[in-house]
Amino acid sequence: MSEHVRYIDRTRDYYLSQGYDKPYEWAHHTDAPFAPLPKPLAECRVAIVSTSDIAIKSPDGSRDRSHEFGVGNVYSLPSDTPLDLLYSRQEHFDQHATTLEDVNSYYPVARLQELVSRGRIGSLAPRFHGVYTGYSKRKTAEADAPEVLRRCIEDDVDVALMTPV
Amino acid sequence: MSLVARHLEANGIPTVTFGTAKDIVEHCGVSRFVFTDFPLGNACGRSFDSVQQHEVIELGLRLLETACAPRTTVQTPAVWSDDDSWKQLIFTEEQPFLSGEALENWLAAKQRYRDKKSKGEL
Repeated sequence: MSEHVRYIDRTRDYYLSQGYDKPYEWAHHTDAPFAPLPKPLAECRVAIVSTSDIAIKSPDGSRDRSHEFGVGNVYSLPSDTPLDLLYSRQEHFDQHATTLEDVNSYYPVARLQELVSRGRIGSLAPRFHGVYTGYSKRKTAEADAPEVLRRCIEDDVDVALMTPV
Repeated sequence: MSLVARHLEANGIPTVTFGTAKDIVEHCGVSRFVFTDFPLGNACGRSFDSVQQHEVIELGLRLLETACAPRTTVQTPAVWSDDDSWKQLIFTEEQPFLSGEALENWLAAKQRYRDKKSKGEL
């Protein structure tokens, strides 16, 4: 098994080669906050927070091709949205190696519903949340993250699963 | 993603982050991280493999139950393929990351960001 990809180095070199001379500065911290699990998972209400650009198809089954999204604010989806109505608008994944056709491979809603049925986790929050990335670390930290927190508190969320693409 | 996780943690909501970009998540620093050495896109297990997806999620749940300090990373045993060429090719001139419509959409999104910023909307 070869070593994992070093994306910070790889993307810096790649975008330099593409003519972008100002390397992206990835968020960096030496510490990290830590909240202990407050109660057994079987009693916890769980939410997904995702940057997978998850979206709901139109009633006629069509997908949003406008791409007007992608720069904006936090949005939420009902956690009981039927699986066949969900899709990802995200294009920033390894399109040469894989696909986003199976929502559960990056937004594991069906797996969580099964875990609720088995009693492994208590329940799902009524809403799951989407966050757009890649435009401003400051805005993510100062506006989007507090908004996700506000919605999670509003829904009495005990645990959040974070799923990027 | 990691920045949002950090904010939830700092305000008392425990999180576990699932990811395929080990260096980026650990550079930012999160409480609990489940790393799967897969191409960008399938951080919760291989597509249409519900058994593996459960294995990945379960590792995250165990991390929630057992991690006693931040920056705890576990790696899932999942292997994408015997052929690691995807690791060699991602983000190389030989294989552009985005092309065609996806590249145009990215450039348009960058422009929208600049426009919003110049109008003071961000």
